[in-house]
Amino acid sequence: MNTRAPAIEARQLIKTYPGDATALSGMDLAVEPGTVFGLLGPNGSGKSTTVKILTTLARPDSGSATVAGHDVLRHPDRVRRAIGVVAQSSGADPVATGRENLRLQGRLYGLKGAALDRRVDELLDRFTLTDAARRQAKGYSGGMRRRLDVALGLVHRPEVLFLDEPTTGLDPQARTAMWDEIGRLAGEECLTILLTTHYLEEADRLAERIAVVDRGRIVVEGTPDSLKGELRGDAVHLELREAVQDAGRTLLTGALRGLPGVHEVLVDGRRVSVRADDGGAAVPALLAALERAGVGVATATVARPSLDDVYLRYAGRRYAEVDGADGLTLAGGVR
Amino acid sequence: MSTAVSQTWYMTQRQLMVFVRQPAYAIITLIQPVIWLFLFGNLFKEVVELGGFGTTSYLDYLVPGVVVMSALSSNMWAGMTTLDEIQRGTLNRFLTTPVSRAALMNGNVVNNGLVTALQSVIIVLLGLLGGADYPGGIGGIAVLVLASVLLGTVFGALSNALGMLVRERESIIGINTFLLLPLTFLSSAFMAPSQMPSWMRHIADFNPLNWAMVAGRSAMSADPDRGVVLGRGGALLALAVAAVWLSIRTFRSYQRSV
Repeated sequence: MNTRAPAIEARQLIKTYPGDATALSGMDLAVEPGTVFGLLGPNGSGKSTTVKILTTLARPDSGSATVAGHDVLRHPDRVRRAIGVVAQSSGADPVATGRENLRLQGRLYGLKGAALDRRVDELLDRFTLTDAARRQAKGYSGGMRRRLDVALGLVHRPEVLFLDEPTTGLDPQARTAMWDEIGRLAGEECLTILLTTHYLEEADRLAERIAVVDRGRIVVEGTPDSLKGELRGDAVHLELREAVQDAGRTLLTGALRGLPGVHEVLVDGRRVSVRADDGGAAVPALLAALERAGVGVATATVARPSLDDVYLRYAGRRYAEVDGADGLTLAGGVR
Repeated sequence: MSTAVSQTWYMTQRQLMVFVRQPAYAIITLIQPVIWLFLFGNLFKEVVELGGFGTTSYLDYLVPGVVVMSALSSNMWAGMTTLDEIQRGTLNRFLTTPVSRAALMNGNVVNNGLVTALQSVIIVLLGLLGGADYPGGIGGIAVLVLASVLLGTVFGALSNALGMLVRERESIIGINTFLLLPLTFLSSAFMAPSQMPSWMRHIADFNPLNWAMVAGRSAMSADPDRGVVLGRGGALLALAVAAVWLSIRTFRSYQRSV
């Protein structure tokens, strides 16, 4: 066990934007040094606001936070020296070349001369940008630009790296490459990484610990395996031919809950989600019960627990619904 | 070099690069004043005969007017660049580094100042090519260039502050379109003060654009009035310092809204 102080600690962060709903409603967070921590949640859940506060960009209305041992409110300059930030849009200068972007970033942290040259060459090489180093960043592909963004965040060898949705908008190939790169980063240099994502698969694959964020606070936290393990049995998803309304819904929920081996039932419109000890064995009983209730079934699927189910269980909503039109999320996350 | 100065220089370099590497943008910035010089020079050629211009050639009178007007019209769009940088995430990236907030804004100011100075010198040279006469010599021209840089700084800083506060292109476009012509025509850019209706002349006295023109013209005349040059120049300097201070303060309000 690590006995050192947390690399990131947030206590009861609250933030409300003028005219908006509450962005953070009591965010608590503790990240051990040298680990990758995933903040998982849909758009608007408060992940980015949390990152903005921890990176000294925004101030909370109340609450406190330390990063690398420095208080973000009292010593923002010390925090800034200790962190690297890769935001959703990191804004590499499009007119400048890759090398120029990195050199400027290094200079802002006080690097100069041969040390700066060496560090820039090292990063260009590591992120396979050496061939493109003399080209303006506006000509880079999405994957190259993202790699440049990450390199920018690492110029000064930070203790803590913030990756805010590092693969959003990347094609699948570039995303896999970025995952490999983040995986390597995590292994080296004793770097602490806070990763936010709305891809369940990404959090599952990269993070040692995950916190599910919903409506501005953390609803559950743990390792991906422990979170999935807490869900007993399998998930059974049924799609009905017609939506079930209020009274029918209560009736149906009661009927299904009474079946042997069935634990949790959530009926939402045409969707029925059930948790069962043995998914395969529960399906015939479920279908029979639905037939008795006069409800037609279009599809039935059985799945091992995924983070999607974790989200459903703790946030009380289906992940894809909250996240809107982003179909990739569900496709990436269900199985 | 102290950190703040070197950081300001890095930020300036970064912006100058945009100017140098986007020739279309650079050329438009430099060509527009030529069109003003040519159009107004020909359109109002005869007006000099009305008297009160202190010269017999309208071009002599027009050059400082166009220099200052161009300083205004190129700097008042500075907020658009800032807005781009906000939307691209560049500003946030810098704000999470230890770079000083003043260096971020001053990089803008120095860059805009250099571009304005270059633009002003080119207009003066074009005027010379067209036969304009500058009895005040190099010193007078330097005062005009400095005054236009200060004026540009005032409006550049205000435009940046506006960009960070409203964060809408439309607002900047709206305000600029609304301001450019009235500010120009409520000054001595094209017309001698003695030929202006008296109410206009009184308004012009409070117009910073006019301060820059009056200071520049006086310095460029055969017989400069030090009091006028220092008075108007000092007022511009004070205004520029206030505007830059305000724009640096705006970072705080920007950070409250991110």
